[in-house]
Amino acid sequence: MNDILLRVRDLRVDFGAHAVIRGVSFDLCSGETLSLVGESGSGKSTLARAILRLLQPVQGSVEFRGLDLLRCPAAALRAQRRSLQIVFQDPLASLDPRMTVGETIGEPLKIFEPGLNAGARQLKVRETLERVGLSSEMSGRYPHEFSGGQCQRIGIARAVVLRPDLLICDEAVSSLDVSIQGQIINLLLDLQQEMGMAMLFISHNLAVVRHLSHRVLVMYLGKLVEIAPCDALFESPVHPYTRALLAAVPHVPHATGAAAPAVPGEQAVPDMISSGCAFRERCPYALSVCEASEPPLLEVAPGHWAACHRSHERLNPLSLSP
Amino acid sequence: MVPTLSVDRLRISFSYRSGSVEAVDGVSFSIAPSECVGLVGESGSGKTQIFMAAMGLLGRNAQVSGSVRFEGNELLAADASTLNRVRGSQLTMIFQDPMTSLTPHLTIGTQLAEVMVTHLGMPWKDARSIAGHMLERVHVPEPKRRLNQYPHELSGGMRQRVMIAMSLLCEPSLVIADEPTTALDVTIQAQIIELLRAVRGEFGMAVVLISHDLAVVAGLADRILVMYAGSVVENAIAEELFKHPRHPYTAELLKCMPSVTGPRLDRLPTLAGQPPRPGETLEACPFAPRCPRAADRCRLERPRLEGSSTSQVACHFPLA
Amino acid sequence: MGGLADAAARRLRSNPGAVAAAAALSAILVMTLLGPWISPNDSRTLDWLHIAARPGMQSSHWFGTDRLGRDLFVRTLAGTRVSIAIGLAASVISLLVGVSYGAIAGYIGGRTDHLMMRLIEILSGLPLIFFVIFLTVIFGRSDYLLFFAIGAVGWLTMARIVRGQTLSIRQREFIEAAIASGAGTGRIILRHVVPNVIGPVIVYATLTVPQIILFESFLSFLGLGIQEPGASLGTLIAEGAGEMEAAPWILLVPGSFLAVLLLCLNIFGDGLRDALDVKEG
Repeated sequence: MNDILLRVRDLRVDFGAHAVIRGVSFDLCSGETLSLVGESGSGKSTLARAILRLLQPVQGSVEFRGLDLLRCPAAALRAQRRSLQIVFQDPLASLDPRMTVGETIGEPLKIFEPGLNAGARQLKVRETLERVGLSSEMSGRYPHEFSGGQCQRIGIARAVVLRPDLLICDEAVSSLDVSIQGQIINLLLDLQQEMGMAMLFISHNLAVVRHLSHRVLVMYLGKLVEIAPCDALFESPVHPYTRALLAAVPHVPHATGAAAPAVPGEQAVPDMISSGCAFRERCPYALSVCEASEPPLLEVAPGHWAACHRSHERLNPLSLSP
Repeated sequence: MVPTLSVDRLRISFSYRSGSVEAVDGVSFSIAPSECVGLVGESGSGKTQIFMAAMGLLGRNAQVSGSVRFEGNELLAADASTLNRVRGSQLTMIFQDPMTSLTPHLTIGTQLAEVMVTHLGMPWKDARSIAGHMLERVHVPEPKRRLNQYPHELSGGMRQRVMIAMSLLCEPSLVIADEPTTALDVTIQAQIIELLRAVRGEFGMAVVLISHDLAVVAGLADRILVMYAGSVVENAIAEELFKHPRHPYTAELLKCMPSVTGPRLDRLPTLAGQPPRPGETLEACPFAPRCPRAADRCRLERPRLEGSSTSQVACHFPLA
Repeated sequence: MGGLADAAARRLRSNPGAVAAAAALSAILVMTLLGPWISPNDSRTLDWLHIAARPGMQSSHWFGTDRLGRDLFVRTLAGTRVSIAIGLAASVISLLVGVSYGAIAGYIGGRTDHLMMRLIEILSGLPLIFFVIFLTVIFGRSDYLLFFAIGAVGWLTMARIVRGQTLSIRQREFIEAAIASGAGTGRIILRHVVPNVIGPVIVYATLTVPQIILFESFLSFLGLGIQEPGASLGTLIAEGAGEMEAAPWILLVPGSFLAVLLLCLNIFGDGLRDALDVKEG
């Protein structure tokens, strides 16, 4: 087992009176790809920002290589930023419209390697541009001259120019065309192999997650409801929410002519639950105990954790209506 | 039998100070009554513009030529009053982001009732009561309460249900759903697709489902049109399209879509290059730069849409 | 910023009003600089033979003379020079101070922003004229005082504008990205915030120049500004107002110059806003 790179414990984030992250703990190891799956309102993007201390959590710790990022002084935090990078969802919005692509990619170099002269920096910028699949001649252009996929490559270039240990991808391919998504994901996989970096891949797209991850975290309304190795999650999901998510993914009929499985009916998302399990009002398996107490995250199989009172039972698969 | 919608050689271009950009390049197809057609394409394909033109919603800098007939009547040249009679009652549209397409300062009940008062001359009280019934039919919980609420008080999924309800009030012949689930979560998306299926069964109107996601369309469409760079490249019955795609772009698109079932891959299949930006018109096949089967003829001559009534393709070397 | 500035310049050039205004401004500027060389007169000599002379081509006094026989052509140009100089200098001061103040307040936010804005509100509440009179009483009349007083007040609105722009920029994702890249506050304000708010700032600055010139003219008209024998358009207009019935040209010449100057600056400022306002991409 590789050494633990990131250790998150009991993280809580409030936006005013609203608890967006309600106690999240997990580990991430060097070189690992950990995916975080959830829908809107789950708090997954907030989690990314909390880890980077782009906002201040109310409680909890984020230990990166042993240093608690939430409590260390600002200068120490900034020093760590070279090893902990992020790629955002909206490719164009994450680039400063007034800076050329070369300047954007070169900025981390200016900050962390001030010893480099302009020429050396330019060289590194061009190399990185080529590495992400863009021509180095484009370094003088502005973000609005590029397509979505190209902008995302630029964002990735900026994130990897200093070879970080951990790359957080916050819905990095969600706004891209399907035919481009694969390109970007393969690029991320290649870079990861080459640089040995770990990835925290945040997405709502289970299909993409399946091909990318070593382990998967499933988040619902601010809490982790399931943690599992990738194959185990897709083959034998435990938590009812995970199962509902998997069943809801629309399928293209395969060449065998099998019809797309129908999706089970679900109720609308309620407002914040005050007691018990947050998922109980939508859960087809809910019992009275689910209202009384919130289920803790328990290990149901080696490396496989679920927060459900009924996780030890063999629940019937969600019925497929004709 | 008169087709519900008949599009013939539709061309749309937009003029800017720097020149004009062609978004839709000669598109022809028709939709039969009660048929559900999926229109699939990525950014720059022009799929939304076709129906914006049909509804008369394009900006002033748009130049449209060709013909769009709704139940035999030409829409493109129609004057405002004719168009207003048809829009919102017989020919309705559901947009991608229900937050921006619902008026924020009017209650749901008012907006729904307004449709019937305007188009059917109904008194307000009756209209509100029918609105309540329609909300029930689209499975909005507590419909009476919702009538008095404002759009921002509802979740995204519920707003979309309200939009669907609104589009059905006057028993339309054709409902255009433009990326109705793209802004929604996967679990809500599944519900909305289910709702559209049920509603179609109940009301029997024709539906156009526009999406960039073939999988979403797969759950609903009888027939699928695939668009690329402003033209239709394939037009086939859904089952056929998935089993035997004939255009290389369709085949690649199907391959590119990662699935939750099936074997796990180390690298995702990709399609090299990117879709041409709107305005990059070529004499050749627009897909040629990215096509694994491209030959010289593809780079010189534009293929035309040809084939039988059940399957048409625009390719010099279609698959199987 | 090269490419974006080029695009803006192109748009500006294709705006006929802005181009005409810019041409007129350049013409005025050239005149004020070269005029004194062309005319045989200077601004201080009292020509006893031509007191309150009408404008004409016969004598060397093309625009006539004033009550004291001073050549109006040269004096007006000198006055225009002074007014423009004050307008520019005060605008530059208010630009520098206002942009820094507003960007810092807007970006840092919280209590710092709160305090900084309260200060601005207090200063805004001070009646301008009384402030200038007050300073004049303490420090005596001086041209430098005028510069300072005008500039010191001009930055207030600029700071407010910049703060507003900064607040909206602050939420944008590329700022988050810059923080995540390890950039410190200073770097972010200088390299990311300021270049992105500069559009409206430049426009406002060009529209401030005419306001400042007008204000200075007003002060000078009241006798609080430029003193004899120096001239600004304001003092000239004040003189001219007293001679309106007998020798109207003493008022009309500097008055027209002021009007044309202000008109051109405003038109150019509008053109600049249109050129910079278009969404880039």
